[in-house]
Amino acid sequence: MSKEGQIIKIAGPLVVARGIPRARMFDVVRVGKERLIGEILEIRGDNASIQVYEETGGLKPREPVESTYQPLSVELAPGILGNIYDGIQRPLDLIKAMKGDFISRGIELPAIDHEKEWNFKPRVKEGKEVVAGDVLGVVQETEIVEHRILVPFGIKGKIKKIREGKVKVEDTITVIRTREGKEKEVSMLQRWPVRKMRPYKKQLNPEEPLITGQRVIDTFFPIAKGGTACIPGPFGSGKTVVQHQLSKWVDADIIVFTACGERGNEVADVLREFPKLKDPKTGKSLMQRTILIANTSNMPVAAREASIYTGITLAEYYRDMGYNVALMADSTSRWAEALREMSGRLEEMPGEEGYPAYLPSRLAEFYERAGKIICLGRDERKASLSTIGAVSPPGGDLSEPVVQATLRVVRVFWALVAELAYQRHFPAIHWLRSYSLYLDDLKGYFAREVAADWMDLRRRAMALLQKEDELRETVRLVGLDALSNQDRIAMETARSLREDFLQQFAFHPIDTYTSIKKQYLMLKVVLNYYDECLTALKKGVVLKDLTSLPVREDIAKVKYIPDKEVEREMEKINQKLKAEVSELITKTGGTV
Amino acid sequence: MRIKEYTTVKELTGPLMLVDKVSDVSYEELVEIELSNGERRRGRVLEVTSEAALVQLFERATELGVKGAQIKFLGKGIQLGVSEDILGRVFDGWGRPRDDAPPIIPEERLDIGGRPMNPEARAYPIEFIQTGISAIDGLNTLSRGQKLPIFSGAGLPHIQVAAQIARQARVLAKEEEFGVVFAAMGITFEEANFFVTDFERSGAIEKTTLFLNLADDPVIERISTPRMALTCAEYLAFKKGMHILVILIDMTNYAEALRELSAARREVPGRRGYPGYLYTDLASIYERAGRIKEKEGSITLIPILTMPDDDKTHPIPDLTGYITEGQIILQRNLHQKGIYPPINVLPSLSRLMDEGVGEGKTREDHRELSNQLYAAYAQGMEIRELALVMGEATLSEMDKKYLQFADEFEQEFVSQGENEDRKVEETLDLGWKLLKMIPTPELKRVRDEFIEKYGHRDSKEE
Ligand SMILES: Nc1ncnc2c1ncn2[C@@H]1O[C@H](COP(=O)(O)OP(=O)(O)OP(=O)(O)O)[C@@H](O)[C@H]1O
Ligand SMILES: [Mg+2]
Repeated sequence: MSKEGQIIKIAGPLVVARGIPRARMFDVVRVGKERLIGEILEIRGDNASIQVYEETGGLKPREPVESTYQPLSVELAPGILGNIYDGIQRPLDLIKAMKGDFISRGIELPAIDHEKEWNFKPRVKEGKEVVAGDVLGVVQETEIVEHRILVPFGIKGKIKKIREGKVKVEDTITVIRTREGKEKEVSMLQRWPVRKMRPYKKQLNPEEPLITGQRVIDTFFPIAKGGTACIPGPFGSGKTVVQHQLSKWVDADIIVFTACGERGNEVADVLREFPKLKDPKTGKSLMQRTILIANTSNMPVAAREASIYTGITLAEYYRDMGYNVALMADSTSRWAEALREMSGRLEEMPGEEGYPAYLPSRLAEFYERAGKIICLGRDERKASLSTIGAVSPPGGDLSEPVVQATLRVVRVFWALVAELAYQRHFPAIHWLRSYSLYLDDLKGYFAREVAADWMDLRRRAMALLQKEDELRETVRLVGLDALSNQDRIAMETARSLREDFLQQFAFHPIDTYTSIKKQYLMLKVVLNYYDECLTALKKGVVLKDLTSLPVREDIAKVKYIPDKEVEREMEKINQKLKAEVSELITKTGGTV
Repeated sequence: MRIKEYTTVKELTGPLMLVDKVSDVSYEELVEIELSNGERRRGRVLEVTSEAALVQLFERATELGVKGAQIKFLGKGIQLGVSEDILGRVFDGWGRPRDDAPPIIPEERLDIGGRPMNPEARAYPIEFIQTGISAIDGLNTLSRGQKLPIFSGAGLPHIQVAAQIARQARVLAKEEEFGVVFAAMGITFEEANFFVTDFERSGAIEKTTLFLNLADDPVIERISTPRMALTCAEYLAFKKGMHILVILIDMTNYAEALRELSAARREVPGRRGYPGYLYTDLASIYERAGRIKEKEGSITLIPILTMPDDDKTHPIPDLTGYITEGQIILQRNLHQKGIYPPINVLPSLSRLMDEGVGEGKTREDHRELSNQLYAAYAQGMEIRELALVMGEATLSEMDKKYLQFADEFEQEFVSQGENEDRKVEETLDLGWKLLKMIPTPELKRVRDEFIEKYGHRDSKEE
């Protein structure tokens, strides 16, 4: 029997081969003389349909196809952080060094440096009983991240030997004697199939927010550590900027950013920006905690389909060490389109808008891999994987299949709206259309860690924004004069909430990130203004004097006050507010 | 390379030809068809099996039958021969000379599909290009290496705007090798001629390469025309170190050609009959714009498309917007008001603006001023709408100021002459001048020091 099959058909990224011995679903195969990488998607009799992760131009029927008998997998070991990979974990910097500025095909490269020596520090002694997930030892992967080497899945036994000091990823670091008396040699390098979720001990309820420093998110629509969120919106509404902001500022230990079918220049932007940004805790470059997966829109479409699995598997690997990991996928729509394209070529029965019927279940599987968990191993490490996906609906139409299927599985919805983007209201997340289903889980945290009245302030602010929406309708119908003075103040306060609180400029050095404490103070001062005005109205102060209070300008500029000074400055502003209002009351003859 | 010849045409449907009993044919191979009268036509392998090849014909299938034609598989993909002599020449949509000069002697032949630029190799576009058009330079800047489309509508002056950009574009304080590559897909002779005459008049024609597939040229050929142009641009930019502006017009005709082909293949259609892979296909064109680290040249891309029914959510503008780094939108009612260029700045966007402007690039106040102009115009527009419903009488004093601002912003800032080349400082000063209509406390988006320095405000106004 021949060791290889033969190409019998080529249609774009789909190749059909006949006679691959023992072909199995989802095994990786090498296609053609150039040994392009592909994956078996369908088997009919002796024919296997293969999605090829590289350009297929120039391939011919009768060229050989050879199976590797391995599913599509990633390499896991120290040396992943700070890298930029294509959709199937090939390092783009090495591809560039090898092939120049433009990507060519048939490149075989290890995902991590196998020759690099790491300083391995054991955490277990010889003779110790270990189970899968136990920490064998650590290496300092980057200045800010300690890489924990775990007992691989399926291994249980006693440490017979363990090394210390300089090791390469393929070197044996320990020998474990299993109960059956077998001796297992373990190195730091593992492989894991990307389409398979990595196991953990137990899923927990999320109860801690993933702090993003973005006011509209943290205050109004927070996501939990281990939570899921989606950001749908038409082009140019700010999906990528939000995801970049989150990658920069969230209080996670590890960030995985998957640029899936999007722009090359955005990747260049991240590569240029992130090394310059400093981790607030250590002052080291943020790139040291970041992994980039970049399969841009002009790179092969099948590898785009794989890229989000590559991303999430790397994310799970770091989660298993006990870290809080955040994964961004920009954009899941491009992934869904890749799925649709392959499905079309396979001539599967199309579902809605040509997407395959299994689109919703694939999306659900993807988001299900997020969560707050207890890791395998005896030390009960807690960890989380939060997943945030952008969705790019055609024409901004939220009724389309990808948005709808996503909304059924994620728990936070940040609705980006084109009208807000046109008004340069950024982030263009609509306060009335978005939601977070984590509020109940998180309110304990906010009350404990920020302020007891946090939820109350949030509720009041939200109510004002809702009221503004109704009042605007009235104004549209019968004019501003129809409103009571109280309503006018409500409108003014809501405007202040929108402009001075919700709007946050990503490119301003200070406004780009707001600590949770500062968010609280900002919200409070706006609501103080509201309360003071209502009191003043009762005491006969005229509306115009209240809407043109000089302190409003100070309130508007709070966002630009550095975190360190904010408490002191805020004190002053609150005093100024009180003083100005008192003065007005006194002038009208009232008593304060 | 061995050339394989067959006479075994089995089926002809629309732009597709199935050739039977072939062997050793490769995917995407170039095909030449020789008719019995000696005429030659071209095709490309779209799908190949062990027995047959499905060929996409670039020209009409007229006079082609299942008998009598010689089908040659040329053993290579579609290529463009390039050399420095390519500048100043006019080609058809397939890269054959359309002027009277002889074919160029190629220095090399390049596959027109190109290869994806490694994101790691990309240099982020940061150099401001002054177009001399205020609505662009002031509020939606163009940077070197950016892809910034013009969304237009039938009958709007996108051709004039594009020609004006091509004529006036310059990088401040630099003298460099600059060139234009122009690709026409399915536009009329008059439209194409407008560019040619304009380039001749300005002398830019020497530094221009044109690829023209006009309205009466073969439809399917349009699929390769932009790729010819970008291959030429890549050669000039990344091998010869030139700064190339590429204009592709009209991408709507391009996408329609793609749809025709897709329908003939009976593919499952996506929105409005366009193929599901339209996004990926357009990206394979647009993403060829850019800059490369440590390389001199650049490709700046301005695709132009006419939105069917002026509808921005139509798949062609929609998917384009999802790929490009912003968009310049021309609007019919501004055109009807006599405003040239009729750019609606509100839905227009340049995503690379933040990096292109500011101190040392344009001017320190640029970013904040543009935000302020936007905000004020947006507010003015909202009030204008309100006034339409409620009547002007209901407006407050402040509302009236914004309304007036919106009017004058359109008349003075957006509107300018077709040959008026405004310096960026002029544009910015004009913006400040218009902002005088708005009371200072309302100017929340600009720093006080800028208001003082550039606002030239009468202190009594406040
Ligand atoms: N928070 C923000 N602060 C300032 N500007 C913003 C902000 N969010 C978005 N923008 C502006 O909006 C532009 C578009 O944002 P972005 O690229 O994130 O859109 P997108 O939704 O990802 O679009 P696409 O779907 O086409 O990728 C940015 O280039 C920037 O100018
Ligand atoms: Mg984006």
